[in-house]
Formats: sequence, C-alpha cells, structure tokens
Amino acid sequence: MLLPNTIDDTAELLRRGGYVPDRALATSLFLALKLKRPLFLEGEAGGGKTEVAKVLATMLARDLVRLQCYEGLDIASAVYEWNYPRQMMAIRLAEAAGRGQDAALGKDIYNIDYLIKRPLLRALEAHKSGPPVLLIDELDRTDEPFEAFLLEVLSDYQVTIPELGTLKAIDPPIVIITSNRTREVHDALKRRCLYHWIDYPSAERERAILKARVPEAGDKLNAQVVSFVQMLRGLELFKPPGLAETLDWAHALLALDARELDRETVEATLGVVLKYQDDIARVRGDVAARGVEQAQAAQ
Amino acid sequence: MTALAVNVMQFARLLRRAGMPLGPGKVALALEALQAIDIGRRADVFHALHTVFVERHAQSQLFRMAFDRFWRTNAGVAQTLSLEEAAKPELREAAKPAPRRIEDAFGTRRAAPQVIPDEIPEAVASWSAAETLRSKDFETMSAAELAEARRLVRTLRLPITDVSTRRFRPGPGPRIDMRATFRAMVRAGGVIELKRKRRVTRYPPLVVLCDISGSMEPYARMLLHFLHAVTNDRDRVHVFLFGTRLTNVTREMRQRDPDEAVTRVTRAVKDWSGGTRIGEVLGTFNRLWSRRVLGQGAVALLISDGLDRDGGAGLSQEMERLHRSCRRLIWLNPLLRYAAFEPKSAGIRAMLPHVDDFRPVHNLDSLVDLIAALSAPVLRKAA
Repeated sequence: MLLPNTIDDTAELLRRGGYVPDRALATSLFLALKLKRPLFLEGEAGGGKTEVAKVLATMLARDLVRLQCYEGLDIASAVYEWNYPRQMMAIRLAEAAGRGQDAALGKDIYNIDYLIKRPLLRALEAHKSGPPVLLIDELDRTDEPFEAFLLEVLSDYQVTIPELGTLKAIDPPIVIITSNRTREVHDALKRRCLYHWIDYPSAERERAILKARVPEAGDKLNAQVVSFVQMLRGLELFKPPGLAETLDWAHALLALDARELDRETVEATLGVVLKYQDDIARVRGDVAARGVEQAQAAQ
Repeated sequence: MTALAVNVMQFARLLRRAGMPLGPGKVALALEALQAIDIGRRADVFHALHTVFVERHAQSQLFRMAFDRFWRTNAGVAQTLSLEEAAKPELREAAKPAPRRIEDAFGTRRAAPQVIPDEIPEAVASWSAAETLRSKDFETMSAAELAEARRLVRTLRLPITDVSTRRFRPGPGPRIDMRATFRAMVRAGGVIELKRKRRVTRYPPLVVLCDISGSMEPYARMLLHFLHAVTNDRDRVHVFLFGTRLTNVTREMRQRDPDEAVTRVTRAVKDWSGGTRIGEVLGTFNRLWSRRVLGQGAVALLISDGLDRDGGAGLSQEMERLHRSCRRLIWLNPLLRYAAFEPKSAGIRAMLPHVDDFRPVHNLDSLVDLIAALSAPVLRKAA
C-alpha cells in the first residue's frame, strides 16, 4: 500500500480505518510520513494516540511493532538479548565433541541464531510488507537513560551489538511515539520529531468518532452521550473523561439496552466515565440530573 | 533564496526571540514540510509549521499568536518587534541592576542595608484579605552568600531514602549478570565465573510547593535562594510557588545564575505577598500538575505556614489527594516564632492529618535553620 500523497489522502486513509482525525493531526501525520520523521503524539490518557499507530499499520498493510515503555526498560528487553540456555547447550555440545577450548567457539555462540530480537531490533529489520510501523508507547514511563539511547536509535536507525557489529535499517520504520505527559520528555528527543498535541475532541468530531466506532448506538443516544461527556469536561474534575471513556460508555449503555440517557442509567454507569471517587461524588445527583436534561434538549 | 525561505527564516527568528528555542535544522525541516503541502491553504500552513516548530503543548498559544501576526500580511520586520513585546514581556531586556557579585569583584560595594528585619512585627504574620497582585524586588546575592548557600544546600539531607530503580549495574548482589558472565567465560575459555549485578538506587524526584503569601514574606528571599540551589544541585526537581494562585517556576529556577533566576521568577509570579488560598491552590495542583510531576515515586515538600484565607475550605480533601499521589509528603512550617505553638488555625488543622512528616520551625532566620530543620531525623508522624 502506497503512502498517502496529500493531507486529504492521509485524513481519508485514517477515516477508512475508523479513525476520525482533525486537520491538524492529518497534517502532522502526512508530514511525518513524507519527511520520514518520527511523530511525537502527546495528550491526556484515552485520547486515541495509540490508535493512530494501529490504524495506520492496518491501513498501510504494514506490520505493527509495539514497544510498551515502563520504568527500568533496558536494552535487554527493548533491543536484544542473547539466548543463554541455547548458548550454554552449544558450549556443552562443543565440549562433548572435544572442541571445548576451540578459539572459534566464542564466535559461534555469538551468532545471530542465538539472538533474541526485541521490538526495536525487529523494527529495523526488513519486513516483507515494507518498513513497519514502530509504536513507542507511553515513552514518559521510562527514565532518562533510555530516552538518551532512543535518541541514538532514532537519529541513525541503527543499533550496535558489541559481539556482532552495527545493524542498520535499510528502510527506516514509520515511528510513532506517544506520551501521557506524566513527565516531561527531554527536548533533545522532541527536536527530532514532529509534534502533535491530541486534545479532547470537539462535540462535532466526537459525534463523528462515536458514529464511526459505535454505529449501533444511533443518532439520539450518540448526541446525548457526547453532550453529557462534553459537559463533564467543563467541570474541572480531577480526571475528565477521555475519548476512550466516551466509547466505553456508549458500549455500556448499549449493553444495558438504553436507547437514550435517563438519570437512573447515568447514575448507575458513572463509573464507566469517571474513575475517581471524588469526581463521581461530585457529579452524582444534581450535576448529573442537569446534564441529562441538557443532553435531552441538545438533540 | 526564495521569498518563502526568507519568510520562514524570519518567522523562526521571531519565534526564537519570543522564547522558543529553535535550531537551524528546524528551518530546513519547515521548508521541506511546506514543499510537501499546498501552501495556498492557510490552515495547512499553520498546522505544518506548528507540528515542526512546537515541541510542547504550552508553546502552542504563543505560536498561534506569532503565526497570526506574522502571516496576516507578508512578513514585516516592523510588526516583528511589537509582537515580541506582546508575546513574552518578561524576555524584554529591562534595565536591570548589575548583579551584586560583579560589584563585589571590583570591590566597590558598600555595606548593604539589611533586607530582612530582625524582628517581624506580628502584623506581618497575619494574612491580607485582598488578593494583592504586586511584584517584588529582591536584593541580589553577594558572592560570599552565594558560595555559602551552595555549600549549605549540599549538606541538605532530606529524610527520604533513595528508591531502588529497575536498573542494574555490576556489583555484589543476589542476581546473576548473564551477559557479563558469558562474555567473561568466552574470554577466559570455558571457565565459568559468575558475574553479579545489583540494583541501582536513586534519589526520588522532589516537588516543592512553596507559599509566598504575605505572612511568609520575611522568608521569601531566603526560600527563593534555597529553591534555586536545590533545583540546580540535583535533577528531577519541580518548584511551584503559590499565594492565591499557583505558578510553576521550574524553568525559571533552572537558570544557573541565581540573580537571573530570581529576577525571572519574580516576573513570572503575579501574587507576591498577597493572601493565601491553600485549598484552591492545592486543588489546581492536583488537577493540572500532580499527574505530570508526581510520577516515579516523587516526594512532595510543602513550605507554608498554613494560614489560609478561606479558613481551610476544601483543604482537607485536597491535602488527602496530594498525600495519596506522592510517596512522602513533608510539611515545613516556619510560622512559629513563639515556642508555644498550637495548631489552632483551621487551615493547619485540616492539613496536619495528611502529612507524613511535619517539621515546625520556631526560628527560621537563615538557610542554616532551614536546612537543619529539613535534615533532622524524622521526629514523629503527624497525628
């Protein structure tokens, strides 16, 4: 599948994959593909950052290589590790064959067959369907040393394994990096990337997304859910609901056979939208009742 | 060079002067980006330049202003200057007094008048009811004071233990470092000598919330210098100042020169020596910042006298939330110049149950007292 040629093509590509982008995101993504730069997506949790990479991989028919970041992520789990049991076995076999002291043994056991490839290394390899989409998810969860290492990988698209030498990608992967901003990622890394902030969607776009993702909800429930969620986002809650919560809520309401919002159902399902007890306590009662009224009037 | 290239360069220069650090590589990238899109569509040009030039969400608004002004007509230098002023007044070079250290170096300086009064009148220890927005003029620091402050801060030992990370380095420990073991074995030719590794421990991030309201005024200068020294002495420190509103001054504090840092901080903060709304401020912190700075086992240090204009409204919940979001919450309270302190104020009573470590300081005149108070072993867990 060819890369999109214009911003409109990029937007259309995502839309066909069930992702409704705004113009800014389509522009950033188009330029990232065109200029072969990593795309750095930042925004609150549940905004659809990871989804961009998934949809992109599906629609371009490329492999998706995902590196989930966490504190203490190191080279052994991000790039490569040697398969020690197999190496040990090779040494035993060599000894049994009387080659235990052979000088060539060191070379033999550091063979690519004994290498366990982790996501970053896999992303640099040649893939049948073309360069893969490399998703580096929640980069803010790692620590600074890993960021520094990543900086090196992303500038040259190569990694060095002391025993084997340097492995370089023939075709660099399409890189999407996401961050929930639980920590500031260093400027040096951001400088290599194109940057896009994923904000909460406007009501109009949220309705379009809901329609694309949960079409069985119908226009009425769709409009009411979006109206209520948008009201919640204006309340200065500890954790306002993201797009993921909107979609979950629509699914939950459908599972309860709700065709429109009413106070009782809303109160019963608030936990799908709000994840902190303080927030739920604040919304339950009057605020929820007013929100339901507004939602019913909205459509 | 094309007219477009010239314009992009001028635009980048403008952004740079408005405080966005852009390298020359960015200009080249921006030009590449503009060639890839239809530059007849203004919105697309905006998004394309935005995604190239902006590196943090906080820069977005500044970029939008700059873009609107610059590209409304074709680029013009006359506009450029006025925009610069509008966008970031604090970056304008104001006529600033020569730092005291330079005068010290020339030996021309006379004895400076004492800024901190010896005895603080009781009136200062109360809080003003109106939100006063005023700026503050701190005397700059002498070379000797600076050296002393640096030395003192190095002796600071907060009552927190290092946290173990998930990283390892060679050294004695229960874990075997397979990679090192194999390498050594191949080198030695078949003899297996187990190499071991141990966990790396590290200082946790520190988040300081410092009260700068009227009742804290006597300590403000010292606290700022303390915070500057701490910020520059270790990594992962975030500093917030508050009175009636909350200001993140971490970037300002990172200026190496303490006078420059303090100047920038005083310009950034709009509510010096006014009242305090601790509950509201902590609420703002919890909503907007706690998830961004309290990750990775951060320790929070709250410096406040606990005198709250709102009489402790909503304070208890916000303190509880803060307490639950950090690894350890330390409260340094310099209120009490009187030995017989009792937590009678509503604010103090609302806050006390939620701190891990309460450090009242009865006589806080200098950095020495401050550091001694913070470094002392844990006395008691607050009830």
